[in-house]
Amino acid sequence: MPPSTSSDLTLSVNGEKYTLTVDHRTTLLDALRERLEMTGTKKGCDQGQCGACTILLDGRRSLACLQLAVAAEGREVTTIEGVAEGERLHPVQQAFLDLDGFQCGYCTPGQICSAIAVIEEHAAGWPSAVTGDVRPEAGPPPLTPEEIRERMSGNLCRCGAYVSIVQAVARAAEETKGAAA
Amino acid sequence: MREFGYQRAYDVSGAVALLDGDGEARFLGGGTNLVDLMKTGVERPARLVDVRELPLNRVEPAEDGGLRIGATVTNSDLAAHPEVRRRYPALAQAVLAGASGQLRNMATVGGNLLQRTRCGYFADVTSPCNKRDPGSGCPAITGEHHNHAVLGASGHCVATHPSDMGVALAALDASVSYETAAGAGELPLADFYLPVGETPHLETALPPGALITGVTLPANDTAANSRYRKVRERASYAFAIGSVAAALDVRDGHVHDVRLAFGAVASRPWRARTAESALTGGPADAEHFAAAADAELAAARPLPHNGYKVTLMRNLVVAVLSELAEETAR
Ligand SMILES: Cc1cc2nc3c(=O)[nH]c(=O)nc-3n(C[C@H](O)[C@H](O)[C@H](O)COP(=O)(O)OP(=O)(O)OC[C@H]3O[C@@H](n4cnc5c(N)ncnc54)[C@H](O)[C@@H]3O)c2cc1C
Ligand code: SF4
Ligand code: FES
Ligand code: FES
Repeated sequence: MPPSTSSDLTLSVNGEKYTLTVDHRTTLLDALRERLEMTGTKKGCDQGQCGACTILLDGRRSLACLQLAVAAEGREVTTIEGVAEGERLHPVQQAFLDLDGFQCGYCTPGQICSAIAVIEEHAAGWPSAVTGDVRPEAGPPPLTPEEIRERMSGNLCRCGAYVSIVQAVARAAEETKGAAA
Repeated sequence: MREFGYQRAYDVSGAVALLDGDGEARFLGGGTNLVDLMKTGVERPARLVDVRELPLNRVEPAEDGGLRIGATVTNSDLAAHPEVRRRYPALAQAVLAGASGQLRNMATVGGNLLQRTRCGYFADVTSPCNKRDPGSGCPAITGEHHNHAVLGASGHCVATHPSDMGVALAALDASVSYETAAGAGELPLADFYLPVGETPHLETALPPGALITGVTLPANDTAANSRYRKVRERASYAFAIGSVAAALDVRDGHVHDVRLAFGAVASRPWRARTAESALTGGPADAEHFAAAADAELAAARPLPHNGYKVTLMRNLVVAVLSELAEETAR
């Protein structure tokens, strides 16, 4: 018997459960946008090269265009629609607004989801490709503009708003650190 | 995209049994390469067996004092692991130099080893390609090949293996463990990728239906003084055009121990054994580093548009070994 090519599944998105039947070929990106009508997550390249579709999967930033929906069952999906707390914007969202971290805004949901994770990864002590000494004894590198640019390099911006994106991420990181202290 | 069945495996023997040696079935790791290739039609599996829930997501001490890395450890977790960063820094650096933060969170160690070439003709199903469609020809040899192989290629295929992680693993003498219905097996990374020859479509020595279960790094004091350097056409989020992983131990100004591997120059991570022999016992200076690189690159057979790689690799070797030599001298 040929294997079934579709499944009934439950997706957990921004804390809510959704039950749907998907053809296995459906990516999480298409399930979110076409089936659950959450169009905040954007489709740029659809092949892992631009970061527009960045979401958080169990808290880790991931690309929804290369993630099969069926393989996301049992994992917690957070999209741009789920990062604010009620009316209060996430500090990264607020920093992007205050510092003009965008022009057309198409890449912005992906930039913001990515930046939220960058700040957490850095706080957890993760090194990056521009970290001079990766040994744990060297301690976490300061989140310099160079570190931010490298860590955010998976998010392209066709409008070239990079200068203010880096400033926005730096400010949000400072605020997050201040709030935690 | 062809329609396909999907199953999740929860233990190693279950995963092997579900795949059942079926040539039309594939294991699904992070999917960052497989799903991409399914969209373009290069891969057309009838079934996927998802391995992300397997209990292979840990980095643990190995019996001989080395490190054992599970096949489903994500690239991010590998690069963030304190023991990897302390004892095998070149491996952490190589992983961090690859792809993006998002992709590294999804990508697994097993999938990274088995990712396919980025040759543009391979990715384009309307074009001939001996790797994708054996016997159809290799348009890259007379066409676009500025980022193709200069070492170990054949008249049948000049593609490179794109992994950064694999280059560090080659330098650090890693071995790959796998499981089939017949039991467990292990391959040194040096024997894991097959020579190109007339069969570029046969890429690894893994038996059919094998599940990669992990990678083992042997204990190695030299590895603590190791480094990965990658050259690419933009500052980040791009594949290498050349890279070097090296580990070096200098005593009294002479090379006591050295491990060297090249990336983006061959169909597999290229362990530079000729250069290693030339270096061992000799003075640790730029002149000897350059001579050793030249000895390795004497075997290079560049095409009209990738000769720059020979000079690039020579300069990279000198730069990386000089930095490491300076660090051991301190
Ligand atoms: C835009 C982009 C940029 C990239 N840049 C880089 C880069 O600079 N450097 C770099 O090194 N890589 C780069 N990559 C490639 C990336 O590292 C690989 O796609 C990734 O490592 C593959 O891992 P995965 O778990 O997602 O594999 P999958 O896509 O899930 O699988 C890949 C292959 O491995 C098989 N497989 C998976 N797990 C197992 C297992 N346990 N046992 C047996 N077979 C298995 C699958 O069947 C499939 O054939 C990039 C990718 C993209 C999309
Ligand atoms: S270099 Fe290899 S992968 Fe590229 S077209 Fe030739 S045969 Fe195909
Ligand atoms: S749409 Fe997913 S990375 Fe471009
Ligand atoms: S703001 Fe237009 S693409 Fe980034």
